Amino acid sequence: MTTITQPRAIGASLDRRDGPQKVTGAAPYAYEHRFENPLYLFPVQSDVARGKVTRIDASAAEAVPGVVAVLSHRNAPRLADTSDRELAVLQAEEVAFRGQYVAAVIADTLEAARYAASLVRVSYDEEPHDVELRADRQDLYAPGQVNAGYPTDSEEGDFDRTFSSAEVKLDETYSTPMEHNNPMEPHTTVALWEAGDLTLYESTQGPHWARGTVAQVLGLDPNRVRIIAPYVGGGFGSKTPHANTILAALAAQAVQGRPVKFALTRQQMFSGVGYRTPTIQRIRLGADPDGRLSATCHDVIAQTAKLKEFAEQAAVPTRTMYATRSRRTTHRLAPLDVPVPSWMRAPGEAPGMFALESAMDEMAIRCGLDPVELRIRNEPERDAETGLPYSSRNLVACLRDGASRFGWAGRDTRPRARQEGRWLVGTGVASSTFPVIRLPGSVARISYAGEGRYVVEIDAADIGTGTWTALAQIAADALGERVDEIDLRIGDTALPEATVAGGSSGITSWGAAIFEAARVFRDRHGHGPSEGDRAEAAAADSAEGEKYAMYAFGACFAEARVDADTGEVRIPRMTGVFAAGKIINPKAARSQIIGGMTMGLGMALHEESLVDPRFGHVLNHDFASYYIPANADTGRFDIAWIDEEDPHVNPMGSKGIGEIGIVGTAAAIANAVYHATGVRVRDLPITPAKLLR
Amino acid sequence: MKPFRYDRAGDISGAVSTLAREPTGVFLAGGTNLVDLMKLGVMEPDVLVDVRRLTSLGIEDLPDGGLRIGAAVTNSELAADRRIRSRYPVLSQALLSGASGQLRNLATTGGNMLQRTRCAYFYDTTTPCNKREPRTGCSALEGCNKDHAILGASRHCVATHPSDMAVALTALEAVVRVQGPAGGRAIPISELYRLPGQEPERDTTLQHAELITAVDLPPMAFSSSSRYRKVRERASYAFALVSVAAALRVQDGVVRDARIALGGVAHMPWRAHKAEDAVRGGPAVEESFRAAARAELAEAVPLSDNAYKVPLAVNVITRTLLDLSEAQ
Repeated sequence: MTTITQPRAIGASLDRRDGPQKVTGAAPYAYEHRFENPLYLFPVQSDVARGKVTRIDASAAEAVPGVVAVLSHRNAPRLADTSDRELAVLQAEEVAFRGQYVAAVIADTLEAARYAASLVRVSYDEEPHDVELRADRQDLYAPGQVNAGYPTDSEEGDFDRTFSSAEVKLDETYSTPMEHNNPMEPHTTVALWEAGDLTLYESTQGPHWARGTVAQVLGLDPNRVRIIAPYVGGGFGSKTPHANTILAALAAQAVQGRPVKFALTRQQMFSGVGYRTPTIQRIRLGADPDGRLSATCHDVIAQTAKLKEFAEQAAVPTRTMYATRSRRTTHRLAPLDVPVPSWMRAPGEAPGMFALESAMDEMAIRCGLDPVELRIRNEPERDAETGLPYSSRNLVACLRDGASRFGWAGRDTRPRARQEGRWLVGTGVASSTFPVIRLPGSVARISYAGEGRYVVEIDAADIGTGTWTALAQIAADALGERVDEIDLRIGDTALPEATVAGGSSGITSWGAAIFEAARVFRDRHGHGPSEGDRAEAAAADSAEGEKYAMYAFGACFAEARVDADTGEVRIPRMTGVFAAGKIINPKAARSQIIGGMTMGLGMALHEESLVDPRFGHVLNHDFASYYIPANADTGRFDIAWIDEEDPHVNPMGSKGIGEIGIVGTAAAIANAVYHATGVRVRDLPITPAKLLR
Repeated sequence: MKPFRYDRAGDISGAVSTLAREPTGVFLAGGTNLVDLMKLGVMEPDVLVDVRRLTSLGIEDLPDGGLRIGAAVTNSELAADRRIRSRYPVLSQALLSGASGQLRNLATTGGNMLQRTRCAYFYDTTTPCNKREPRTGCSALEGCNKDHAILGASRHCVATHPSDMAVALTALEAVVRVQGPAGGRAIPISELYRLPGQEPERDTTLQHAELITAVDLPPMAFSSSSRYRKVRERASYAFALVSVAAALRVQDGVVRDARIALGGVAHMPWRAHKAEDAVRGGPAVEESFRAAARAELAEAVPLSDNAYKVPLAVNVITRTLLDLSEAQ
């Protein structure tokens, strides 16, 4: 593969180009663009989890001064395509989950819309609902495939036989709760329908994706739909088109000519914009006394919505992590009357690796081995799932380097062996992995603007990750120019098409397109272009993915301190070492990893969406009761990169770092808590209640 | 939010008489809790009478050696006051363990005492809640109740009082001064709050249009030997699972006097009289403190999800008393 051979900008810790705009408030997020005479939308949500709307009385709402319209399935514009039932908003009387939009008020002010929405009286023919995920359900089924297109089950060797004859065995069940993405910026759409053209100022991870979806669902020519999203305040997988986007577009269609603003409240973000399914995961491991795995089985039970299927691929990482003579993985789903689960940072890997890496820690104890050593002993030579060699695999280097940085050597392996005052102190380790995903379809355009300046255009999204800066660095090296000579334009469907900021695929997919456009530009215009010279190209096809298995790896080490009286857990320090190919911008990458590891800390200790099965919705739907880490919960982050050259992944040699930071963190903390206390918590989060004995 | 009228009176008596004429009105001070509840439709007052500028912003020394805290003193100012920090450290610590810096800058002394429970069902207008809507039932009783009461609850309500400050004030035996349509009165804090019984909609014994104007801290010989310990699920910005406010006087290894109050366990700040009686006159040792704590929790009635609060409260009482005695 052709690669960038002399990186100059790539690898530099540049400050964010959009930093000054963001800290001064000059960077407009979706709600903040200037609009003339806007309208405001506030939705009415169902307060039953299943049934049919029998009556909607909007008379009191319509009488509120400033109210322009009250939409419901009775009068909302018809959608062209309702095959995606999650997006078929206000099209029929059926209610499929509690919190579903059943009406919406459009008014001159947000206050009038919100108040009027509270006056809409909705009557239901309520039906019994079912929202409880349990392992003993009789209706668990095997989906056709799991998220990201992986096979539902896998089988290598004879698991049953090797497990039954294994000298050391583990058979434990781990569970993770429902979690909500909760980006800081709420899901927001400002929709304007004017003379047959629809413009959406949208908080999205993929403007072109959003355009395709909106055009399809509303039956519009995609060229009549424009999505504008220069700045996005986080997504974590949830900022793809959900019903709220379609609802805003429908409202704009209903009122035509005036922009309709719709930003979700924090409470509304707990129904209908995705979440991580709860999981129940049974892990069985068999090993020789020296810790070499002979049998590995990972059985996952998760929930999906009756409305639409989503299958979290939690057992997939187990297919590639360790060498084992036999292996079985399965995924089963319970279809429930709940909102549709969706992507949340490292879907599959985050819950799956909590289970596998907790089990590996338990196995190390059973074998009397250091947990770092157990992992090293089970390092595979090839990817068992595909039989392919790894394009590069440096898990062992991450573990060894991390152990050295963290001060792992000489660790007393006994639990509850170290106490400082009232604090029980322990340390833990876990591995991380995330696949290198390259999505096809991104196109970049490079134009010479004269006076040494190049304009690089691609409809990429910066969801807070540093895309604005990293793509300029890639363009600079691809063109052989300085970063400050690059004018980058992203976040607008008027620009050349780009794939989504998801699956840690953005830099790989967009960077490869920019690299190819630069190559074509130089071929066509040489090194002395004239103003107006331009080139446009899609990323070159690569067959490397058929020759190599491509993954990033990492190791996370954590110190846990647990108050012996109260079970309060503090994490004063964590070390994360990652082998993720070339790091485009180490400063931004460090921020990404700190964010990922902090989110993993929240997964370990805090996050849990509580559902009362009698009602069916999330009760703790605000930041006063759904806990995520506060600054005081975080300690020192020691983050390092393995210097990894991988010529196979893409021209930059990068692997994607948006998700791997979260992956091993929860298990590392759970393992450290066990080491500190002797209490093995297999169901997240690890709260004081679970540690008090 | 339901439309409302905003009113601002010229003085305390004007505010009281204005609100007395408005049966569905409420006083507004910092608004850090009330405005949230109005946005969510949990409280829908027709009139807000702003008292923020009416009550005292000062903390005065009283002739008996105590302190009088104006109801409008913010949580931040109160926590930072040198006299509070040296003479009543438990109060300063309790304040700083609550909310966030931004909220403490706005929240007032009077308002903090009257904040509403954080029960998720109370906050969610789509679920039954006797406190929000009498005679609809208590959803928490057989629902998600890990944060709920283990002492003094009724089948009508198992909510807890969320204030940290009020727990410290309970241990300090504060006196709440109020002005109402029938004149002024002074209420010992133990009589301000109430258990839910059959009327969980009433958090306190205040009558409509009674306004808290000040809180008096009586002199207490050993109040400087006091501390607040709060246990929560994250290190900052979370309500207490269990908290303890305690003051202890130890002489020659013997507990001469003690004040103990608990937060997060009941519908009101819970004065631990049984534990106080048990430690008073006894040796200042862990066994004695633990036995006293167990005595206090003997009548605890845990719900499905909150049995952990019983050992937690025992441990935290024990540890707090030990820390106080070791510091003497």
